[in-house]
Amino acid sequence: MSVETNKINDDQLNRPLLEVKGLRIEGLSEKGWEEIVCGVDLQLKRGEILGLIGESGAGKSTIGLASMGYARDGCRITAGEIIFDGINLRTASENEKRKLRGTRISYVAQSAAAAFNPAHRLLDQFAEGPVDHGVMSRREAKKQGRALYRSLDLPDPENIGERWPHQVSGGQLQRMMVAMAMSCGPDLIVFDEPTTALDFTTQIEVLKTIKEIVTDRNVAAIYITHDLAVVAQLADQLMVLRYGNLVEVNNTGQILESPKADYTRALLDARTRQEKTTAEIENLESLLSIDSVTAGYGKGQDVLQEVSFSVERGRTVAVVGESGSGKSTLARVITGLLPPRSGEIRFQEELLPAALAQRTKQHLRKTQMIYQLPDVALNPRQRVRDIVGRPLSFYLGLSGKERERRIIELLEQIELSEKYINRLPDELSGGEKQRVCIARALAAEPELIICDEVTSALDTIVAKAILDLLQRLQHELQLTYLFISHDLDTVASIADQVVVLYAGRVAEQGSKSAVFQPPFHPYTRLLLSSVPEMKQGWLEQTLATREAKAGIAREVKITESGCPFVERCPEAIPELCVKDRPPLQTPASGHFFACQHSPKELA
Amino acid sequence: MSNFFKIFSSAPWSAKFGMLTILAYAIISIFAPFIAPYGETEILGRAYEVWSDKYLLGTDNLGRDMLSRLIYGARNTIGLALTITLIAFVLGSLTGMIAAALGGWVDQLLSRIVDVLMSIPSLIFALLILSIFGTAMPYLIGTIAILDATRVFRLARATAMNVAVMDYVEVARLRGEKLGWVIRKEILPNITAPLLAEFGLRFCFVFLFISALSFLGLGIQPPTADWGSMVRDNATLISFEDITPLLPAGAIALLTIAMNFVVDWMLHKSSGLKDVS
Repeated sequence: MSVETNKINDDQLNRPLLEVKGLRIEGLSEKGWEEIVCGVDLQLKRGEILGLIGESGAGKSTIGLASMGYARDGCRITAGEIIFDGINLRTASENEKRKLRGTRISYVAQSAAAAFNPAHRLLDQFAEGPVDHGVMSRREAKKQGRALYRSLDLPDPENIGERWPHQVSGGQLQRMMVAMAMSCGPDLIVFDEPTTALDFTTQIEVLKTIKEIVTDRNVAAIYITHDLAVVAQLADQLMVLRYGNLVEVNNTGQILESPKADYTRALLDARTRQEKTTAEIENLESLLSIDSVTAGYGKGQDVLQEVSFSVERGRTVAVVGESGSGKSTLARVITGLLPPRSGEIRFQEELLPAALAQRTKQHLRKTQMIYQLPDVALNPRQRVRDIVGRPLSFYLGLSGKERERRIIELLEQIELSEKYINRLPDELSGGEKQRVCIARALAAEPELIICDEVTSALDTIVAKAILDLLQRLQHELQLTYLFISHDLDTVASIADQVVVLYAGRVAEQGSKSAVFQPPFHPYTRLLLSSVPEMKQGWLEQTLATREAKAGIAREVKITESGCPFVERCPEAIPELCVKDRPPLQTPASGHFFACQHSPKELA
Repeated sequence: MSNFFKIFSSAPWSAKFGMLTILAYAIISIFAPFIAPYGETEILGRAYEVWSDKYLLGTDNLGRDMLSRLIYGARNTIGLALTITLIAFVLGSLTGMIAAALGGWVDQLLSRIVDVLMSIPSLIFALLILSIFGTAMPYLIGTIAILDATRVFRLARATAMNVAVMDYVEVARLRGEKLGWVIRKEILPNITAPLLAEFGLRFCFVFLFISALSFLGLGIQPPTADWGSMVRDNATLISFEDITPLLPAGAIALLTIAMNFVVDWMLHKSSGLKDVS
């Protein structure tokens, strides 16, 4: 195996593998070439992980790619030196660099789903690099692939490579990509936000893989992310970047304990959980009630099974679960996009027609939705005025000056000013786009806003600002939120009530304080334990827990009988849990979960 | 008007050339009776006269002035091709977007009708229809427009499908917007770029199709001048090293190139969302 070539002598060990000095990169914008990386130095030795942190636009990915001697289209490296193991990548010819990339330096992209070619089997794609570079024959490459799959603990390592990319889960695909990056036994791997698009439980399995690879094989790595808590688990050194400038560089422990720059402190604060205290509301009235709703797509199995809960006016109810648990399907049922197979939805005590087409304009006005990806939730050809103004004229019949005045009022409410009114979505940042989406929802003067993972696609600091905004609006306008999320940290800071969904069934529900305190449902405990904490060594501690050993790296499976969580549950009772539906346990009034164990046993 | 000049001067040379050429064609077609030295169908001299001061580009197989017929031909051919392409686009893109937006049985029905139409070779289909109903202008326009609309339908449906799954279209649906709004405001602005590009191409194909039909005697009926049949009627001259029959072909080629230059530039402009002032 080519990993053998990693044997090195002492002299090499002390010399940095990668050295970047005074790196300056310019990007092409409307105004011409502008500097996007303004003089950055970095050093990296074998066996070390360097974390690059910052918001989008900080230049992290650009630096990551530049350390492979590569500049994206519309970017150019203008100054500085990039020396990889004695080779100056700025002066090296395209051919020399091509030989290095994929063999000695490799790259792991953010979205594995987009990086794999859906038309080829996984193992064939794995073999492509080594064969193309002439490092090994196809047969050897495939053998090497299976060996790597085994060492990365992928299920069924002998045969998983024969599958197509869509046949494995997101976390597995990301790990396959790590394996692919390892195919030629590289010295340096650049990880570009490899876990950002994943659930927390899946994130842990990928982090574990990356950590093992780097320590076992003595490679160097650059890990790019916006999430300080994640990188704290891996990196030895951290570089905090902002607008292409170096804000702070230090070893991880120092940065976590005594950050020097204000910006680093802001990053740390954004990740610190702030528990929301539930305000007392007199005369709680039910705004939305969902009564044993069962739903599914086409002729497929039920994706939601007898889900019931209610949302009270002025409260925030969070629906949590991993991907595949049915959260988004629930939103589609409530909005009428997917009529349920059975069950009822009542809004203000009134039965809501199941299908969208039967609902009146008033029904539709009262429920508004905010989406996960603001990029695709805004029509790129409409200006902010039209986007926010349409619900005003459509539902409320406003026009002319009155409409204009209201649009500006709404923009101010979401902390954007009048000058944004003529912009196209392309001219807004991610956070600004999400604010416009919120303004559009508010324009309809709704009673209920469904927030579908509204902060998952945003940077930590921006996400926090959006959550604060939502809280403020709720306070000012007595809004009710149904908040769908996989992030228990976010949920803790915004929710009053929590509904934990697993495989289309309610696993646990109750007030936030009840759900987030023992006794836990085993699934809630797994979810809670997988939220990254801002301290070093968290990853190892978590991996050592029983929940993680049993529950990480498994997919959500919908079952017809028994408890769907049984395969991942450390508390599972053999036979009983597989056969019988779990009964409802009620540890306190208003709090219950579905489990064979009594609250006392789980406390 | 000053705005127009501003846009014009900011265009690259290729687009400027294209726009000027199209403008010239438009002027020639509109003012044909004033520009042409002789009438469209006037028989003036012997057949196949060479280029001279009297007949600048010689005469055709019946002794009509070639230049005059070229000028009148612009009027007939461009007018016809433009009408047909426009009808085809309105019809094709509208049905395509409806199919994409509604899906289900509407999509199935429309798509299968289009499949049936496309499965018959278009020339044979046109021959069939035109020999049943006769070669009057409305039938000619209708037949070619419907045939062309099937191609536009395919493109519009495919591109609109990609847009229809976007969250912003879902937002409009959840708001309770009618189909017309969804198509006009949410989908159409996002698929204009590929449709425009297709327009440039389709326009040229329509030209060729009309010529082919004229060749078979089912297109524009004599003595009306059109470029396609002019090539055919005078093709024999080629063997005598006379390039005259290539002139109508050249006129078609020039317009095609000009058209595509302008379309390319419009595409470029519309893809760069930021420089819309």
